[in-house]
Amino acid sequence: MLRLERRPEASQTMSYVSPLIAIVLMLVGGLVLFAALGKNPLEGFKVFFVNPISDLYGVSELLLKATPLMLCAVGLAIGFRANVWNIGAEGQLIVGAIAASAVALHFYGSEGGAHVLILMVVAGCIGGMLWAAIPAFLKTYFNTNEILVSLMLVYVAQLLVSWLVHGPMMDPDGFNFPQSRLFEDSALLPILLEDTRLNIAFTFALGALVVGYIFMFRSFAGFQMQVAGFAANAARYAGFSAKRMVWIGLMSGGAMAGLAGMSEVAGPMGQITEHVSNNYGFAAIIVAFVARLNPVGIFFASLLMALLYLGGEQAQQYLNLPSSISNVFQGMLLMFLLGSDVFINYRLRWKEARA
Amino acid sequence: MTLTKIISNRWLLIAFTAMAMMFGGASQAADNVGFVYVSPIGDAGWTYQHDLGRLQLEKETGVTTSYVENVAEGADAERVIREMAKRGDKVVFATSFGYMNYALKVSNTFRKTAFVHATGYKLGKNMGLVNARFYEGRYLTGVIAGEMTKSNVLGYVAAFPIPEVLQGINAFIKGARSVNPKAELRVIWVNSWYDPGKEREASLTLLSQNADVITHHTDSTAVVQAAEEKGKYAFGYHSDMSKYGPNAHLTATTHHWGDYYVKTVKEVQAGSWKPTSVWGGYKEGMIKLAPLNKAIPADLQARIREMEKQLTAGTLHPFAGPVVDQGGKTIVAAGQNMTDDQLNKMNYYLQGVVSKIPN
Repeated sequence: MLRLERRPEASQTMSYVSPLIAIVLMLVGGLVLFAALGKNPLEGFKVFFVNPISDLYGVSELLLKATPLMLCAVGLAIGFRANVWNIGAEGQLIVGAIAASAVALHFYGSEGGAHVLILMVVAGCIGGMLWAAIPAFLKTYFNTNEILVSLMLVYVAQLLVSWLVHGPMMDPDGFNFPQSRLFEDSALLPILLEDTRLNIAFTFALGALVVGYIFMFRSFAGFQMQVAGFAANAARYAGFSAKRMVWIGLMSGGAMAGLAGMSEVAGPMGQITEHVSNNYGFAAIIVAFVARLNPVGIFFASLLMALLYLGGEQAQQYLNLPSSISNVFQGMLLMFLLGSDVFINYRLRWKEARA
Repeated sequence: MTLTKIISNRWLLIAFTAMAMMFGGASQAADNVGFVYVSPIGDAGWTYQHDLGRLQLEKETGVTTSYVENVAEGADAERVIREMAKRGDKVVFATSFGYMNYALKVSNTFRKTAFVHATGYKLGKNMGLVNARFYEGRYLTGVIAGEMTKSNVLGYVAAFPIPEVLQGINAFIKGARSVNPKAELRVIWVNSWYDPGKEREASLTLLSQNADVITHHTDSTAVVQAAEEKGKYAFGYHSDMSKYGPNAHLTATTHHWGDYYVKTVKEVQAGSWKPTSVWGGYKEGMIKLAPLNKAIPADLQARIREMEKQLTAGTLHPFAGPVVDQGGKTIVAAGQNMTDDQLNKMNYYLQGVVSKIPN
């Protein structure tokens, strides 16, 4: 009979193969799901995974959607590697968006110029970092749980943006509707590809992935965080500062999430509203795990995750499937990943059943 | 073959030909109409009412429709709207405020598609606007509330203090005070369009503060359910919510988009459509009351029916002067009606609301 047997040590290969297994299982699960919903599975597959990227505009939308996921996920991965669990990227993204919007609205009606966008980028990063600094401070000084604090601050951030767009940031000519003015052109990110919405934030994301890679695998601080993640005690004996790691982990997550928020308001939104984030901060957690906290993986996992969103929209429009279809795919992906992760520490063995 | 049979055969033939031409014509045109919804359709609420309109449109015009539900009012909306326009949808209805700038942007690229945006304020070259005078129904429910309350305390669970919501609150208290000058209204803001948990909490708070008739401007049925549980009265909103509180549910201000959708699509097909701003109420059939609960006395029911006629005829205006705000300032003098412009900029409570406005 088949038995699960503990491996003598965790399989390195399996930790990279496992996400691939999960993706394949998700696709198979998708085919079954389409069939169960009374749709032709192959047609469903085509509508969901091929149609969204069948032309250049579709590809540009995929990259646009993946941009905030990449930014958030790479920032989070740095912390996750050292067991710093920042669950609040969503809130940090919102505060980054608020800070960047404040800059854009401050310069509204002025001459404009490149300094506006540069200041918005800086403000976005600082905004996200400030929000992440709260759990970092509480963790390092009072040993509070950063998971809870960062998560709770998401709700505070949502209320904060809601208050701002109903109050100080509201468009004075907008009939009291909760939204800011539309930003001027000088506060909008340049478009990369004409007639699409893809903007240079995508190159920021690629840059962040490269910097993240170098930090994780080529820097001493990255090495320290890696060690702390594998063996906290070993890191302590080696004299690595745990506080410093908490700060690095949360600040990198906050800065990148804040930049993602900036790239939304200065990109496809062009203003700030209550709906500034679309759960990118939470989706990025799935991305980071599917990607095994590796920047190369994050690149591909973000594209996959973005495709699930786009595919879900298409499945509604062309197959009349309910909107939760995207969530079902995301859920399957995560569940299959957790399932196949068993094989990192265990292997299947055929054993004769004893009489 | 008898004469009658020949005639009937011929009639059958004509009827078949006519039907074939009708359906043939329809299928040949095969116009598709797209709908963008802000929430899942569910079985009551804002999106549900729009979807009833969509089904009516399919039935009455023979066009095909498709929809995307639960589209966030952010950057994703533009992609959804664009996809509809790109594949050649004849009309795209974007049914929530947050789609305004995205729909406008797409409409500038796709000139052959007609766009209609609900509840916004930006007209485009090929983008019209639609909204309904929800406050007309609110006024009537206010009159009922004013008569039915024993404690003279009314309750209102509201989402966000935008003009549309304030119009509803103010029409409600104005209606109540028109029959019961002692009536007062308490408002709780839940800062969300849909949050059954918070809506329920707010309802229970209002009921514990002695309110005995409550209503809401949010999207769930929680308020009606809470009132049913506590043996108090409530009004539904958007949809008839009586099945969630058969005893509590006095009536509901209901939305009806179907006729407008049919009219718009027919105009677009005929080439006579112009992007205009439509703000329809009782007169246009866009606002109605759900069936009145039998707990409402017959004479009050008759008065409400009479007022419905007056609203339809335009002789009753819920914001007819004198309109006095919470602080005692006269907004509209006696003998005048509040203008649409004033309605669109409403950012205050009227006399009778005892809560303070946020911000």
